[in-house]
Amino acid sequence: MEYGLDIEYSFNELLKSLGFSSEIAHIIWLPLPMLLVLTSAVVGVLVTVWLERKISAAAQQRIGPEYAGALGVLQPIADGLKLLVKEDIIPAKADSILFTAGPILVLIPVILSWLVIPFGQNLLISNVGIGIFLWIALSSIQPIGLLMSGYASNNKYSLLGGLRAAAQSISYEIPLALSVLAIVLMTNSLSTIDIVNQQSSVGILSWNIWRQPVGFIIFWICALAECERLPFDLPEAEEELVAGYQTEYAGMKFALFYLGSYINLILSALLVSILYLGGWGFPIPVEVIAEFLNIPINAPIIQVFTATIGIVMTVLKAYLLVFIAILLRWTTPRVRIDQLLDLGWKFLLPISLANLLLTAGLKLALPQFFGG
Amino acid sequence: MSIAVTTQIICFSILSLVIIIGALGVVLLESIVYSAFLLGGVFMSIAGLYLLLNASFVAAAQVLVYVGAVNVLIIFAIMLVNKKEDLEPIQNINTRRISTITICLTLLSLLIRVDLSNVWKLASPNSSIGEESTTRIGEHLFSDYLLPFEVASVLLLMAMIGAIVLARRDVMNKDISTGLPVDQELIEKASEPLLMKKK
Repeated sequence: MEYGLDIEYSFNELLKSLGFSSEIAHIIWLPLPMLLVLTSAVVGVLVTVWLERKISAAAQQRIGPEYAGALGVLQPIADGLKLLVKEDIIPAKADSILFTAGPILVLIPVILSWLVIPFGQNLLISNVGIGIFLWIALSSIQPIGLLMSGYASNNKYSLLGGLRAAAQSISYEIPLALSVLAIVLMTNSLSTIDIVNQQSSVGILSWNIWRQPVGFIIFWICALAECERLPFDLPEAEEELVAGYQTEYAGMKFALFYLGSYINLILSALLVSILYLGGWGFPIPVEVIAEFLNIPINAPIIQVFTATIGIVMTVLKAYLLVFIAILLRWTTPRVRIDQLLDLGWKFLLPISLANLLLTAGLKLALPQFFGG
Repeated sequence: MSIAVTTQIICFSILSLVIIIGALGVVLLESIVYSAFLLGGVFMSIAGLYLLLNASFVAAAQVLVYVGAVNVLIIFAIMLVNKKEDLEPIQNINTRRISTITICLTLLSLLIRVDLSNVWKLASPNSSIGEESTTRIGEHLFSDYLLPFEVASVLLLMAMIGAIVLARRDVMNKDISTGLPVDQELIEKASEPLLMKKK
């Protein structure tokens, strides 16, 4: 073990000293990081909902939630409790099995994708080798859930919304995957840990955003489109489709959609910060700070400092991006469906292909800057 | 028996059951929409089997290609043309069914025969490449499997051009399915943007 503090090891040792076998200890350990990530995802949603309410209020010169807790911070919890106790309605002519399965299929892939989100060198659930590819594969399942709920609602607006959602996420997945591919080309690895480490050599200057500015913009646009955020929220365009595939949903099933879309937004922001903004890296590398303070890099104090700064930096970068997304939502007009598909297929796709080709060329020409 | 092996056996049996029942459902269910969704479930379970075999890249590719692309397109197509129509009862359905069953059973027995007669090379757990498999697949695709790989891409290109030709009727003067001449004016009208300034 090259690192000083290892919570899993100490936890297992503690359980072993209580008389459990190492396998039992491992099984008891396994759900803990998952629960932690699930909790942080849900808390992240609550924070984002509050931010959305407050920022939209500021953009429209209102005050926003005010009475539930200080500055209305408890408003999202009140919203959640309200959805929890609402009546669960399944329309009489709807297909009840598909109607129930739809929201679940939308939420599960999003939560599963948190598997590969690192908050620090060893602070992730699983460092699977296929890393970022897992997220691309999982996010391609989502349209099935949307189509399912759109179809099962037995409502023309829902069906149209579901079809639009599927068309949108299929068209924007391709430029998204191509811009990720350019990063992978520079890293020589699919693992999210390797992608961040590759950007950590000289702090802020080595972040991928300087080497992949076009890829960054393409990825951000496509991520917003995949989350169905406002410039691209065609599937639930209120003026045309009532609420798209969510029209017939109420109570907890609606809450699942709501939760899914916000978890997806935070996930996309986290992925942008991992792929382009150096992940958990501080703008000045921690090694330099440790050397400046004359403390060995393996000292427990530096370990704790690195982990703390890692989590803080990841969350900070992600929430900066969430803030931009919310601001975009409340200040930009919506695109039309044909403009949306034109943008995806005729603009983003060729540009991301050219970006990939350019990255490959630069990798051959300047291997010291673009990962030999 | 260690916990890892037990988990593996449990996962394998659940996945196999889902695959078999799901595949039967795809074939036997009356509703085409249910069949399409079940097909997605079968594809997912097959990806699960790949995961059990330590082939995580193949599993993710299976999900991306079969569930995310093929199955979504199938469901998409079904929903776009979901017409409620009364189908005529097919004549001598029983003879058709019997012949289908015989052909399927023959194929099944052939597969079982191959399975039993072949000596399968089993990789020991120590020699499995695991996470390195992504690199290996890439190496193989660009060395000894280069020709099939490129031929497959040409095939996809052909399919794509075909689809574009079918979709863009305005490049042809005859309708493909009916053979009637196409009204060019109507097509031009349809491709005009709705919100344009009148000249």
